[in-house]
Amino acid sequence: MEKIDVHTGRAVPLRASNVDTDQIIPAVYLKRVSRTGFEDGLFAEWRQDEDFVLNRPEYSGASVLVAGPDFGTGSSREHAVWALKDYGFRAVLSSRFADIFRGNSLKGGLLTVLLPQEVIERLWETVEADPTTEVTVDLVNREVRAPGVRESFELDDYTRWRLMEGLDDIALTLRHTEEIGAFEQNRRSWLPVTL
Amino acid sequence: MARTMAEKVWEEHVVRRADGEPDLLYIDLHLVHEVTSPQAFEGLRLAGRSVRRPDLTIATEDHNVPTQNLLAPIADPVSRKQVETLRKNCSDFGVRLHPMGDIEQGVVHVVGPQLGLTQPGMTIVCGDSHTSTHGAFGALAFGIGTSQVEHVLATQTLPLAPFKTMAVTVNGQLKPGVSAKDIILAVIAKIGTGGGQGYVIEYRGEAIESLSMEARMTVCNMSIEAGARAGMIAPDQTTFDYIRGRAHAPKGEDFDAAVEHWKSLRTDEGAVFDAEVVLDADELSPFVTWGTNPGQGVPLDASVPDPASFEDPSARAAAEKALAYMDLAPGTPMREVRVDTVFLGSCTNGRIEDLRAAAEIMRGRKVAEGVRMLVVPGSMRVKEQANEEGLGRVFEEAGAEWREAGCSMCLGMNPDQLKPGERSASTSNRNFEGRQGRGGRTHLVSPQVAAATAVRGTLSSPADLVSL
Repeated sequence: MEKIDVHTGRAVPLRASNVDTDQIIPAVYLKRVSRTGFEDGLFAEWRQDEDFVLNRPEYSGASVLVAGPDFGTGSSREHAVWALKDYGFRAVLSSRFADIFRGNSLKGGLLTVLLPQEVIERLWETVEADPTTEVTVDLVNREVRAPGVRESFELDDYTRWRLMEGLDDIALTLRHTEEIGAFEQNRRSWLPVTL
Repeated sequence: MARTMAEKVWEEHVVRRADGEPDLLYIDLHLVHEVTSPQAFEGLRLAGRSVRRPDLTIATEDHNVPTQNLLAPIADPVSRKQVETLRKNCSDFGVRLHPMGDIEQGVVHVVGPQLGLTQPGMTIVCGDSHTSTHGAFGALAFGIGTSQVEHVLATQTLPLAPFKTMAVTVNGQLKPGVSAKDIILAVIAKIGTGGGQGYVIEYRGEAIESLSMEARMTVCNMSIEAGARAGMIAPDQTTFDYIRGRAHAPKGEDFDAAVEHWKSLRTDEGAVFDAEVVLDADELSPFVTWGTNPGQGVPLDASVPDPASFEDPSARAAAEKALAYMDLAPGTPMREVRVDTVFLGSCTNGRIEDLRAAAEIMRGRKVAEGVRMLVVPGSMRVKEQANEEGLGRVFEEAGAEWREAGCSMCLGMNPDQLKPGERSASTSNRNFEGRQGRGGRTHLVSPQVAAATAVRGTLSSPADLVSL
């Protein structure tokens, strides 16, 4: 996985709450068996509307999504993370994320940053006033910076370390194969097996 | 120290605990389907890894499968390739698969419990958010993403940050015609779609204890719609009776030993939850959604709310947007909302009891003119049982389409979809924009309300039907 430290890019203000994963990528795009190329599915329905914020030329090439509360609710589809990344987003800022989406994003190298709603609103205003505004998401110092905004955010040390090192979770767990084996020796004998 | 049920199950599964790291949890059962697994299996292949415990893994085909003409190849080539990919992956990695046409095939969350694979105190995961369904047995069960699917396939474990705990207590007894679906829709309307975020919910109280296993599954199923990672209900005699005798249930002395253990899982007296919510079942009535998220619901007796009545500006904006999408005017009585389609099925309400409840109402009646009703059993086993009980004939005689098992119109990955502008009463779990088909409009309801709505053509409860 790609290492993450500091990202600076232009931002898109997505003024909507409860953006569910069916909106981020509709189910019809989930039939593929590949892991890349999901950018065409990102907000596929909303992008039919030419006024949708992602269609506006001033936001083209932006890499930071500033979203309303409860972003990523609904289905567990990791395709939502892949679609955002494939489209070019490196970070999503919101005052509240759905659990599974947040977990998927931090596994998949898309930085999801929790900020107070009041800061999100200020970022919306700043970016709308000047779409060329650059927003910096600094994982090293756990801080978001933009003109008039300097806000630290919380992220546990372990996740931060894993993202900064670009480490694969599975490889980390496989270091503990012996402990897994030992645990298996002590499982209850009547637990069900499928084979 | 007094502990909650969720904490007990968690503690029993900790493989490794180290300062500054998430706990590494052992996973007892991994359910797999065609949509969220192909990239995970491919990841294993690329890294030269195998499935650590194929004997704790089981797969079925559900999201993409057509619900009619099962003998014909899947018409959509992309869906067909995804299903074929699952078959190849299961064959290559030695995973048991119940494919289309198999008696045990069906929606993954119906299949696990019906086989007796879902048992109290287990950790259960699946690349599907409605894995919370299995919590009805007192299992810690939650949905995961594809990266985690690959992780579980490779290691049978997951590194996890701890959850907070929430108690949702439902006191009293449900009135006739009010169901488990109404309980959970009311809970979500009360705490909101983000209200459970970060929590494992334990449902308790007299009304919950009185529910059958299948009704409990309906409640736990939609925990995710309140933002919670999982929902749980303490195992009791109802649970033990449901499991006994199923294909993968413990047998003989093992069953007694298991019950002994399962009884110890209950939340200890005096255990403290991080949050508590209380509802009174006597005050609940059939519930329906009016908007585009499951928290936007009201009693069927109420009217479409006026966005201006919401104090929170973000809720007001969301309501305005939802009503525009749903093409509903504030103040319209919910009972006057006319539907084109009724969908009875899904992992929320596609089990035998759901079909019985709906058939009871439809027996001798007809689906209203201009309304299409799809009845999609949760599994082929459910279909078989429904046919044995004569339920299939009831649906067909009423003019409903009696289909084969699958996720179907819950998310419209197969041909069962709403057309743009069409409106459904649906027993599924999500009323998101376009969820049931592009431009489709969804009202979430219980099986009883779905059946009555099919007969009258407008959102209705069984009490609205003229007696036969």
